Amino acid sequence: MLSLVLKRLVLAVPSLIGVVIVTFLLTRALPGDPAAYFAGPAGTKEAIEQIRVKLGLDKPLPVQFVRYVADLSRGDLGTALTTGQPVAADIRTRLPASAELTLIGLILSMSIAVPLGILAATKPGSLIDHTCRVVTTAGVSLPVFFTGLILVYVFYYLLGWAPAPLGRLDIFYSAPPQITGFYLIDSLVAGDREVFVASLKQLILPALTLGIFSLAPIARMTRASMLAVLASDFVRTARASGLAPFTVIVTYAFRNAMLPVVTTLGMVFSFLLGANVLVEKVFAWPGIGSYAVEALIASDFAPVQGFVLTMAIMYVALNLLIDLLYGLIDPRVRLEA
Amino acid sequence: MTAPALLEVRDLTVEFSTRRGVVKAVQHVDISVAKGETLAIVGESGSGKSVTSFAVMRILDRAGRIAEGSVRFSGIDVAGADEAKMRDLRGREISMIFQNPRAALNPIRKVGHQIEDVLRQHAQAADDATAKAVAILEQVKIARPNERYHAYPFELSGGMCQRVVIALALACRPQLLIADEPTTGLDVTTQKAVMDLVVELTRERGMSTILITHDLGLAAAYCDRVVVMQQGRVVETAQSKAIFAAPSHAYTRKLMRATPRPGVTLRDLLPEEGLNGEQPHPVKPAAKLNGAANPAAGANREPLLVVEKLVKEYPRKGLATSVFSKLRGGNHAEAEQLQNFRAVDGISFTVHRGESVGLVGESGCGKSTTSTMVMRLIDKSDGVINFDGQDIGAIPAKKFARLPLRKRIQMVFQDPTDSLNPRFTAARAIADPILRLGNVRGGKAVRARCEELARQVGLPAELLDRFPHQLSGGQKARVGIARAIALNPDLVILDEPTAALDVSVQAVVLNLLQDLKEQLGMSYLFVSHDLNVVRLLCDRVIVMQAGRIVEEGPTERVLFAPEAQYTRDLLAAIPHPPV
Amino acid sequence: MTDIAAGKQEAHETGLVATISHMRYVLGEDRVTAFASGLFVLIVAAALIGPFIVPYDPLASNTAVALKPPSLSHWFGTDQLGRDVFSRVIVATRLDFFIAIASVALVFLMGGLAGVAAGFFGGWTDRIVGRIADTIMAFPLFVLAMGIVAALGNTVQNIVLATAIVNFPLYARVARAEATVRREAGFVQAARLSGNGEFRILLGHILPNIMPIMIVQMSLTMGYAILNAAGLSFIGLGVRPPMPEWGIMVAEGAAFMVSGEWWIALFPGAALMVAVFCFNLLGDGLRDIVDPQRRT
Repeated sequence: MLSLVLKRLVLAVPSLIGVVIVTFLLTRALPGDPAAYFAGPAGTKEAIEQIRVKLGLDKPLPVQFVRYVADLSRGDLGTALTTGQPVAADIRTRLPASAELTLIGLILSMSIAVPLGILAATKPGSLIDHTCRVVTTAGVSLPVFFTGLILVYVFYYLLGWAPAPLGRLDIFYSAPPQITGFYLIDSLVAGDREVFVASLKQLILPALTLGIFSLAPIARMTRASMLAVLASDFVRTARASGLAPFTVIVTYAFRNAMLPVVTTLGMVFSFLLGANVLVEKVFAWPGIGSYAVEALIASDFAPVQGFVLTMAIMYVALNLLIDLLYGLIDPRVRLEA
Repeated sequence: MTAPALLEVRDLTVEFSTRRGVVKAVQHVDISVAKGETLAIVGESGSGKSVTSFAVMRILDRAGRIAEGSVRFSGIDVAGADEAKMRDLRGREISMIFQNPRAALNPIRKVGHQIEDVLRQHAQAADDATAKAVAILEQVKIARPNERYHAYPFELSGGMCQRVVIALALACRPQLLIADEPTTGLDVTTQKAVMDLVVELTRERGMSTILITHDLGLAAAYCDRVVVMQQGRVVETAQSKAIFAAPSHAYTRKLMRATPRPGVTLRDLLPEEGLNGEQPHPVKPAAKLNGAANPAAGANREPLLVVEKLVKEYPRKGLATSVFSKLRGGNHAEAEQLQNFRAVDGISFTVHRGESVGLVGESGCGKSTTSTMVMRLIDKSDGVINFDGQDIGAIPAKKFARLPLRKRIQMVFQDPTDSLNPRFTAARAIADPILRLGNVRGGKAVRARCEELARQVGLPAELLDRFPHQLSGGQKARVGIARAIALNPDLVILDEPTAALDVSVQAVVLNLLQDLKEQLGMSYLFVSHDLNVVRLLCDRVIVMQAGRIVEEGPTERVLFAPEAQYTRDLLAAIPHPPV
Repeated sequence: MTDIAAGKQEAHETGLVATISHMRYVLGEDRVTAFASGLFVLIVAAALIGPFIVPYDPLASNTAVALKPPSLSHWFGTDQLGRDVFSRVIVATRLDFFIAIASVALVFLMGGLAGVAAGFFGGWTDRIVGRIADTIMAFPLFVLAMGIVAALGNTVQNIVLATAIVNFPLYARVARAEATVRREAGFVQAARLSGNGEFRILLGHILPNIMPIMIVQMSLTMGYAILNAAGLSFIGLGVRPPMPEWGIMVAEGAAFMVSGEWWIALFPGAALMVAVFCFNLLGDGLRDIVDPQRRT
């Protein structure tokens, strides 16, 4: 098992190197001049030039790159022009907001998608099978921002059940003392039920949006995988041995079917991290996605760099976790490493 | 009064709803199995033999159903029983083992646990389940059962997997075991071991067995009675001895004749005159006696292919293993041995012009690797391959494809489905070598040549525009043969060309191969695991084991009076139908 | 289980006749695919002739009739500048459809061919293609698309390029897997024996076998490409106003959604959904048409 972990870590290194290089190149290619922004509207040509030298922007690209990597190794992601804070600090503040949203969304979607897929596969041609297929095909067709808007329109504007899409907490409440950054957990730890309920209320619609978005690919893959496994030889053996349907479906079919689903989770996460950006815009969520978009529009490249890098690192770490999870389920991977 | 049968199938009809309407896979079939009896159901593909057993177990596909008839097991009405009752019967009273044993086991579950699942399901064990499972593994003769309990299927060999499958089936001591082609795909020695085990265990427990197979010889050797099925119907039921001595139905006779066995010639495999349903076959008037090989022929034939000390090595695990072994010390040779796996370990042989040489061995012996190297599809590690005086072994495989020499060595592949491009029509497939290497130019001329080749192999011209999935196994085999002879090669390597074919189709194809060889003056290198087939077609035989040649010589000598123990073992493992 | 259906085949049509009759058979049996095909034709029609038949100029603003709900004169209502939403939605079809087709064509050429070569040749080709795919895959794909468009500029070409790049790993992986499966197949060996060089085998023997799966993939990606472009426009990184494009229209209408003027965002969003839904259904149906053996 250990060798598997080490192997995967080693393989992840070139990906990370690639990420750093690509991020650097992309952000240096951004239009707009941060030096001019920094100098302000009243800045003279000389002042802008001075600032440019100070920021090191006059040096050739390779030199800038070396400086960038050196900074990175110290954990210094630069300073955001738009907020004036170090980017690392900004990200640390805003990341939990996105993480909480994504996790709740994923939990919601998996708790519906996986059972739906299994039921659709075990009862082909039934109502639930057709429902599953329609839901999944429609689900991958819905633009995530559109779903969010519709939910807001129906549940806030028409029905008044949900609060206004104005961020993590209503202005009347203050955030719970920060431990994890997850409002739900922190408020429970602090024993503050009101804040817990308030944050939950704000969370529901955006999490639901993300959940609906990720429901479709997971349900689809679960159904396809279950169908394939149920038609396999070893399930036939299990049936021919007279094993109970529950045992056949859960112990024999499901565990084997989950393997491709786990692999799909990696892809789903990639989509989710991207969808985050869109959902945060719709719901004015103070997460890392909206942070990056604001910086992008202002051509403030340090936050954008930091954002892309953070996302990529998180994603690599996640894939590593998924690989390990796969190794736990499938002994063939474990024993051949 | 005779005792009531254990299993009584009366007038069984099974239907499948397919895209082309309702298909009757099995029609009005009567079968009965007495207690302690071993019954064989024999038939070719499409005979409905497997469907019948699936109907008995009630594990038919969703699209299938029992339309008519009854199935009674020990007095219980199986056809009409509800699913709960069936689940109780399956595994406990009636068990089944299938083909392809490794696929039949859950790949991510330990084999011991899988046996325990069955024991627990039928309340045969609770706390002592593990001990019982280990005991069962021991009964199926798996060495070190305590260790193997924790093994996963991918860690076991094919033969061991099949033993585990048998263990699963017999765990709850059922009264009836259905074995659906349990040895297809296994080596002949493994096949014998598995069949001996099954028969021993079932006789020991007084169980009844149904053996489903396409191999009449296997059926007659191991079973008391034989049921012959053709296209969904039972054509004959008789005691094994009678089936071979005096088959009554025409189809049984045809099957029997087509089964390769000692003492017959190639021509004897073909059906008698007046039987319908067979492909037109260009039969040569003079029937040559192939049983006795032409010993004189070898003397005045010049060598065509000379192979000397041929070696093929594969690195075992690569960098890590070699680094570790070097670190651990030990001498260089030892380290190299750990590193490299010798699939072919220094073999030498000759094929003369006009000769048919058989290359025989079990899986993993290196015969396929040897033939692939001779074909110049892969490169050798060491040794010389000399074809008609030229050292073709020295030419890298990638370059060989474009040389004119390529025309002279061709191959007929084992799996006709796999060896035809699904997107090419038969004509396009046959034309490929002509277009690339032949002298014929122009669409019409190429088409004419294809039609000529089709005639030669007995393929009706109207089939030329069909795709592989629209052709039968025998037709696909003919397309493959036409393609191989398109350029008039000198040497044709046949890699188990009839292994995937029904026995009656095999008989026709073998005769075709022999006739073509004579007509076109080709030499054959015939790679096979089936000694009976080799006996019929080859002048000389080479026996391989673990990458080395253990014996070679004229066919009749090697197969009647083998010198090597391994050859003797191989021959002993072939199921002998009662003559 | 048993190859009963494959056993005895009756009359056989070949060539084009067979394909057409099979298509008719599938469409007749599978109404969903027939429906999706009809919808597809409608979308193509809207893309081609839409701009010529819409009642209003999509760019003409008329503040007097701004923010009017759907009515007989304005089927989809008007937006904040008085532009007719219906006309804008129909005209936007052309742009979105074009982006979809262009992205898919580009990624097939780049990713499909690279993947097939990687799978067939192995070795360094495989390693290089793998590295490129891994680097792209290390980014959340939408984020990468954002980055590329932001760096290169908000033009339609860049959106197409960005979409193609982020889909590269998927195509490369699918193509590679298919090529690897077939690399040692009997018919490939036979092709070598017939004197085909490696490249000829790749293009003439393997590629035709992979096409069905690639076509299915392409149909599904068309949907994704539209969603991608719309998403980029939604956050301001896509097409620039006042060009009518579904994503931008939803973005512009988002603010009004909260205050009750639902039609500005709903209709373009619904159009998005319908188009993507259609491509996805079509992809599923195409899988049946082109590869009949795969069906159960």
